[in-house]
Amino acid sequence: MADYSLEDVNNIYFDVLKEIGNIGAGNATTAIASMLQLRLDMNVPKVQLLSFPELGGAVGGEENQIVGIYLEVGSDISGSMMFLLQMESARFLVNKMMMKEGGDPNHFDEIEMSALKEVGNIIAGSYLSALASMTQLTITPSVPYLAIDMAAAILSVPAIQFGQYGDNALLIQTEFGDDVMIDGYFILLPDLESYAKILSSLGIQV
Amino acid sequence: MGKVIKVGMADLKTARDPDVLTTLGLGSCIGIALWDPTTKIGGLAHIMLPDSTAIKNNSNIAKFADTGIVELLNQMVKLGARKSSIVAKIAGGARMFEMSGGSTIGSVGDRNAESSKETLKKLGIRLIAEDTGLNYGRTVELYCENGEFLIKAVGKPVKKI
Repeated sequence: MADYSLEDVNNIYFDVLKEIGNIGAGNATTAIASMLQLRLDMNVPKVQLLSFPELGGAVGGEENQIVGIYLEVGSDISGSMMFLLQMESARFLVNKMMMKEGGDPNHFDEIEMSALKEVGNIIAGSYLSALASMTQLTITPSVPYLAIDMAAAILSVPAIQFGQYGDNALLIQTEFGDDVMIDGYFILLPDLESYAKILSSLGIQV
Repeated sequence: MGKVIKVGMADLKTARDPDVLTTLGLGSCIGIALWDPTTKIGGLAHIMLPDSTAIKNNSNIAKFADTGIVELLNQMVKLGARKSSIVAKIAGGARMFEMSGGSTIGSVGDRNAESSKETLKKLGIRLIAEDTGLNYGRTVELYCENGEFLIKAVGKPVKKI
């Protein structure tokens, strides 16, 4: 295993990860737009390296209720990825998908939950396929798992995974939409070995 | 009522009556509350991982159940707490995502709870209450005044243990 931790993420790595984030999020936005038949624009993603206390509060505050969609990743790289949505963004996407209006802003029923999983599947899948084609690696996602709870509680899952390697986590924030802006957050968690693999397949020495 | 002191992820703090220690949105992490009824000194740790010896990069002692609890106890004793009268309450260790089979990340909450209990046992600290496991996040508050440990979760009544 390369002797390297996330703390060593220097400017070059950061730019690469940002670029992956950018292309991945772009792909994801296109996928969502074509599924929902919307015109969506996207802002340049914000990549942040955060300490654990910062991470817990990074998505609208620790106790802010959010939607978390989690997938395990396998094949050439192993790890997991997470996509996080604010409740109102999730409600907007579900309504568009199910062609309805209104709905409880704080609760999703079973059918709405599976619609959300599908959204997560499409977003994460297109994000990962961007990464796969950039790196020429085979990356296969698992089925999506869903949780709706306090942000810090959901974020504890990726934090614990990052925690095995260091004291920071990498969060990619994207914003897309037309009249309504949707805030989405990606966390890609390759294990350490896979990190090195991704970077070296992009021609970066680690 | 005293100050409310916030403990972050992979963090620990101590306080005295009338202050309150809190940590927000525990997921698979564990909140370990120690309290000495004789001096009303309290401590709260928010640990993320069960075992510091299993990990190379382990300088942040508040991140692990084994080292975090020892450090919290030491800090409380330094403040004047009596080790022999300190009691413990723990909360958290949820399984946030219902994952298939033997996923290690799925079971980290259980392992965190187990390791916390083992460490308390080794140190001879009595665990008097716990609210661990299940599949939801918890915010906890430790009242140094009386040792009450409040647990709040989305859509559930406040629990006092």
